[in-house]
Formats: sequence, structure tokens, C-alpha cells
Amino acid sequence: MRTIRYILQKEFIQIFRDKSLLPIIILIPIIELLILSYTATFEIKKVRLIVVDQDHSTESRHLIDRFSGSSFYRYLGQKASYDKAKEAVAKGDADQFIVIEPHFEKKLLNEKKGEIQITTDAINGSAAGLMAAYAISIINNFNKAILIKKLPLHFSGMPIQISSSFWYNPELNYITYMVPGILVLLITIIALFLSSMNIVKEKELGTIEQLNVTPIRKFEFIAGKLIPFWIIAMVDLIIGLLVARFWFGIIIFGNPLLLLFVASVYLVLVLAIGLFISTLTKTMQQSMFISWFVLVIFILMSGLFTPVESMPLWAQQLNMVNPLAYFIKINRMIMLKGATFYDFHKDFFILTGYAVAMLIFSTLKYKKTS
Amino acid sequence: MSVSINIKNIVKSYEEVEALKDISLSIKPNELFGFIGPDGAGKTTLFRILTGLILANRGTININQWDVVKNYKQIRKITGYMPGRFSLYMDLTVEENLRFYARLFNTSMEENYDLIKDVYEQIAPFKNRRAGVLSGGMKQKLALSCALIHKPRLLILDEPTTGVDVISRKEFWELLKKMQKREITILVSTPYMNEAALCDRVALMQSGKLLTVDTPQQIVNDFEGHILAVKADQMYPLLNDLLTIKTNGQVYRFGETLHFVTSANPTKMQEKITSFLEEKKYRNISVEKIIPVIEDCFLAFMNKTTTSWTKEKK
Repeated sequence: MRTIRYILQKEFIQIFRDKSLLPIIILIPIIELLILSYTATFEIKKVRLIVVDQDHSTESRHLIDRFSGSSFYRYLGQKASYDKAKEAVAKGDADQFIVIEPHFEKKLLNEKKGEIQITTDAINGSAAGLMAAYAISIINNFNKAILIKKLPLHFSGMPIQISSSFWYNPELNYITYMVPGILVLLITIIALFLSSMNIVKEKELGTIEQLNVTPIRKFEFIAGKLIPFWIIAMVDLIIGLLVARFWFGIIIFGNPLLLLFVASVYLVLVLAIGLFISTLTKTMQQSMFISWFVLVIFILMSGLFTPVESMPLWAQQLNMVNPLAYFIKINRMIMLKGATFYDFHKDFFILTGYAVAMLIFSTLKYKKTS
Repeated sequence: MSVSINIKNIVKSYEEVEALKDISLSIKPNELFGFIGPDGAGKTTLFRILTGLILANRGTININQWDVVKNYKQIRKITGYMPGRFSLYMDLTVEENLRFYARLFNTSMEENYDLIKDVYEQIAPFKNRRAGVLSGGMKQKLALSCALIHKPRLLILDEPTTGVDVISRKEFWELLKKMQKREITILVSTPYMNEAALCDRVALMQSGKLLTVDTPQQIVNDFEGHILAVKADQMYPLLNDLLTIKTNGQVYRFGETLHFVTSANPTKMQEKITSFLEEKKYRNISVEKIIPVIEDCFLAFMNKTTTSWTKEKK
């Protein structure tokens, strides 16, 4: 046990002496948290809209006013024809255009129906869905207003009233949703890269040769190597939570200690994966490449950017081995829902079992003799 | 209490190269034993097997009663190893490196200071400097201190003097002699033939084989034939001309002279060469009979093995 202390001491001297590594470990995650939390948003604001008004009536103007008055829209003005509007969307100057048919107002009065065409640039599918939904909701409101105006006595409201409430994130604030996920991502990067590179660095520099002829035991060496990065990642997480609280104003609904406890187990798993990568590789370049490859898959499948539920079944099953998926889920549950241990105990036990298994496996795979 | 080593039929191959071909030899307690040979002779491979860093394909090595594979734990406690490549932490200071290795062996710098004193005093003025910025000779002294810090009974040094200046090399050998007096068995490898004379016994190695194992003096005594050192004003044509003289030995460059090996009577051969060269209009001719050095012996052994090998092939 004393040996572990000596290795820890040595590792920390080296980490603190490296004038370029230390700021990277502490500052970069915070900067990234600040940048990513603002930019990684699904919200569509200021849809650029063009109108082709072939009616030029009071009603058509009322409708246009509803769009230009909405905070979700930036009204670019009118185009003379359908083709002109199409051209603008093709060029990327506009995101959406609506065409109001000729005699729209007259038809509305006489035939009790009018037609409007909405066309949306759907290069980005999910964004297009949102933009179309915005347009439809505005038109629905417009519809309602017409009914009230035309039949004030008979209108008693729509048969089904929709009143929705958004739980856990009532303002549909994406920052609230993203910050916990990005925090997980950052400590994963720190832990995975540092651990996978560190042992390989000793291999590459040859220092492992001198170390391997000492009576140091395998588990002592590995513990001495992994504990510093476990500590650093935990410190990063605490700093990140403070930034989340005091910069983004995100209140952790659950118990912060519970969150740190889950993180401490999660980090063991990430470090064990890093250790495993370092047993596979001989140079820092190889290790860097594999770490990136693994991490990108973990991130994209984790549910950080896209909901896991909408992935194909095989991908959801594959997420069983994705540590990020577990922790992002648990982290969001604790931070946003105020979940207690019981709410995610199944995921936690899987995570724990996974961490222990991975650590044993990587330790066995690490060899002092070649 | 120093240790003896018994190496039996060691074979090691890396993928396609056979690095060690059936090596067997014994090293006596408290010996300063040298492995002499060019790069690629297999010196480092043998040392890595001795320290348990790699495993041999075949053969056994015993250090005292311990087997290097089975009893590696005991062996690690009593062995100090200095790899050929500087393997200490460049970003730690001299003192930090030393203290770190002392602790890994469950001892302290102070406890064994007596042993490393001679070496450490030479680098002590730089103890707060990072190992990475030390000169080559200083690095080697630090590495030696680290290898000695746990009071080993066996010291294995892989090319400690390679790439080190002449003065530092001399100092280094003096230190080794001092260590030997502390009852430590020392194995040292070197590509420099002239360092062979500083060892008690040496093994000449080439391409994974032992050419001979003996005391440097005995190796020189056993040299077959005589060596004439030949010098003249034009050295380049001289080599070609000497090769035309019928001899059963070799002719090769050796520093500023050419060495002419012959089994014939040296005085007669001396006269023969002188008159031959005078005929060829060489000036400043000098032909002297000299005592062979290890390098001459090495080349003779090499010549012998290559000719026998060529014959086998035919």
C-alpha cells in the first residue's frame, strides 16, 4: 500500500510540473462547458420566412402579421411568385415559405375554407419538423381567431382543449438539458485520454523498463496510475457542477453527493477502459487514435445529442456497453428530476458490475513481462 | 554475499530473427563480467531475459538457487538494472528520481547512502535539476545511483558507456571497480573492445553466439599467429597491395595503421613486407610486430566463424 502512495506522489509531481498539461486538465473543460452548453441546442429560433401573397387582402395580411409578430420567425418579406420563393430557399436565403392562394379571403367568407401552402427546407429533418410545427400552430391560432370573429355566439371553444405542461424543465430550456450531459462528456474525455495515454507514455519513453525491474506489484502500479486521474476528473466534475449552478443557474434537484457517488463508480469504469486501451497499444499515437474512435461512438450513441429511444433496437441494445449512456441518463435524472437512488438502482448496479469486470479484465491483461 | 549465475542453452527469437542462439555460460560470484560485441550481438536481449523483462524461448537461467522465471520476485529484490536507454523520469529532478526508486525498494536514500556515495557525490551539485537536462555522462551516473540504491548483489548494466565522453567513461569504470569491492557481481555490456581489458572475464558475442568466454589476458594469449602493424605514406593503395601478399591471416584497418596477421615467422614476414613495399615505391614504411588487443582477437574469431560458415554452405 505504501508503494501506491509513492507512485501517486510521483504522478502528481509530474502532473503539476507539466506547465501545459495542468491548465488543459482544469481550464479546457470549463471553457468547453461554457461554449458547448450555449451552442449544442436543438432550438430553432428566427426561422427565415418568405411569403407569396397572391391575394393581398385584409385576411392574408392578418395572417402574415401573425408570422412576423412571432419571436420564432424572422419575416424576410414577400416574393412575387412561387418560383421566386423556391429559388430563395434553394439558395439557402430562406428556411420556409408560405403561399396564400388567390381569392383567399373571398373563399374564406363564401366557401368557409381557404388554402395555404407551407414549404420547408428539410435538409435537417428534425429542424424542418419543428419549423413546420411552428407554422401549423400559428395557422391553428389564426383559424381559431376566424371562428371567434365570424361566429361569436356559436363558438364555445374547440371540442378538445390542449393544455400541456412541461415537467422537470418547464421553460424547455435546452441549456438545462444539455449541461448535465456535457459535464459527463467532459470528465469522460479527461479520464479516458489521460489514463490511456499515461501508461503508454511510460512505454514509449522507456521508463517502464526501469520500473518493471523493481519489486512493484501490478495492482500497485495500476492503482498508482489510475487514482490521480480519478481525482482530477472528480475535481473537474465538482468545478463543472459549480459552473452549472452559478453560471447557468441550474439547480441540482437531487442530492449532489449521490451524483458524485455515481460519478466515482462511473470514472472507475472509464479509467479501466483507458487502461485496457493502453494494454493494446505501444505508442501514444495509437492510443490517441483508439481513444478517439471509442469515444466518438460512445458520444453519438449516448443520447447526449439524439434520444436513445429513437435509435434502432440493435443500437439501443449496443448501448448496454456504453458507459456514457448510463451516466448521462442517471446524471440527468438526478440533476433535473431529483431522482433518488431507488429510481436508477438497476442502471447503477449494471454500471458497478461493468466497472469491476472491466477493471479486473484490464488488470489481468496488463503484463509486466513481454 | 554476491551471486553466481548459470546460463544454460538460452534461445530467443523475435519473429524472424534469432537473437540468441543457444547461449550457455557461468558467471562467478563477485566477478566483473563483460559482454563485448557489436550492435545486434544479442547483449541487450540476454540482459532483458536475465532481469525477467522478456522470456526466453528455451533454456534456463539460475541466479544463485533462483530460476529467473519462477523466482523473479526474489531476483528483482537483489538486482540492479540499468537499461541501455536512459529510462528515468526526465521531468523529475535528480533527487526525486533517486528517492522514488529507493522507496519502491522499500528503503531510503539515507539508508544506503554509503553505497551510492561515490557515484552520487559527482551529481549531487545538480540534485535539483531535472534529469532530462543532464549531460550524457551525468545521466548515466544518475542511472547507476538508481540501480544501486537498494544495495543489489547483482548489477546489470547495459552499455553504460555508449555515447558517453572518454573522461566520463573512464570515471564510470573506476566506479564499477569500486562497486565490485562491495561484493557485487557486475555484468556489463559494451560495444567498445578496449573496455574488455577492464573486466575480470569477458564473453565475446556476435550475432547471438558466444565467440569465446575467458579472461581478457587469456584471450590475447590464445591469439593464433602474429600481428604486424604496417604504415606508409599512401594508406589506401597499401591495403590493396598487402592483400596481394599470400598469407593465411587477415589484413584490416586498425586506427592509423593496417594490421597484417600471419602465422609465418614474424621477423621474416616483416622483411618480406618491407622489401615488397619498397619495390612498390612506398615511402615512410614502418612494419612493426605488435601484441594483439581484444579487437584483433575478436576479428580473428569472426573470421574463423564466417569461413567455417561459408565452408558449411558449400
